[in-house]
Amino acid sequence: MKAAVILLPGLNRDRDMIAALTKISGTPPVTVWQTDTAIPDVDLVVIPGGFSYGDYLRCGAIAARMPVLDAVRRKAAEGVRVMGVCNGFQILLEAGLLPGALMRNASLHFVCREVKLEVANADTAFTRGYSKGQVIRCPVAHHDGNYFADADTLKRLEDNGQVVFRYAEGTNPNGSMHDIAGIVNEAGNVLGMMPHPENLIEAAHGGDDGRALFESALDLAGVAG
Amino acid sequence: MIKARVTVTLKNGVLDPQGKAIEGALGTLGFSGVGHVRQGKVFDIELDHDDRARAEAELAAMAEKLLANTVIEDYTVSIA
Repeated sequence: MKAAVILLPGLNRDRDMIAALTKISGTPPVTVWQTDTAIPDVDLVVIPGGFSYGDYLRCGAIAARMPVLDAVRRKAAEGVRVMGVCNGFQILLEAGLLPGALMRNASLHFVCREVKLEVANADTAFTRGYSKGQVIRCPVAHHDGNYFADADTLKRLEDNGQVVFRYAEGTNPNGSMHDIAGIVNEAGNVLGMMPHPENLIEAAHGGDDGRALFESALDLAGVAG
Repeated sequence: MIKARVTVTLKNGVLDPQGKAIEGALGTLGFSGVGHVRQGKVFDIELDHDDRARAEAELAAMAEKLLANTVIEDYTVSIA
């Protein structure tokens, strides 16, 4: 499985993401710059975290209008797996690839700490390495992770099993509705999540709870289904 | 030249933590009787032509495509 990482000015988790993908798959991902209009033939496209365009206007708003996002949109329509983490999630929402919006944290504080995530749906391409209801550890680091969607959208997300990660055990760090930490699109091939699984993949991180997500998304051996 | 103002505000029902904080700070400063405070954004935009009908269409498109996130925000356009 080959992966691509999208690069935009102001992202700062790109190197962590590239390192995680390289360590887990054994192959470095290709990198694609914001002005590129095509993405090479890959099986997974990742938009990492950071502060693209300094969070000007709204988090992810400018990035979502760059040419490379049209290429991401085409890949998603072809069924290629697309994953956005943190600012990458904000960009996917601004690009209309996922429903809802991420607002300023309810506390108004930047939060940088570890939370617990409940795997709400383990039947997706990204989460089948976990079991439903499993609680994993994951770091978060964001100022605007407060998930909002209107009542109809929330109901649709819940009814379709599109909520894949929820903040568990009272660890909701940002006021997200329904404790939502990560969602997929209706087809199940686009994932957005605020927490950073790429920062918990090996002993040096203090745990490897995030590893199964990449192993699932990359179809690596040992993942069922 | 046309000078226009696009005002972007949060939709009713969307929680505004920043507005709440401002509301609290106004109370702290001694301003009594302050009800709800909602924070928004203002964009002053110059267009290099004088066609008002065209300007209205262009500004609405700008608001829809970039200036507002219509999932959470409404906008109004006024032309000077």
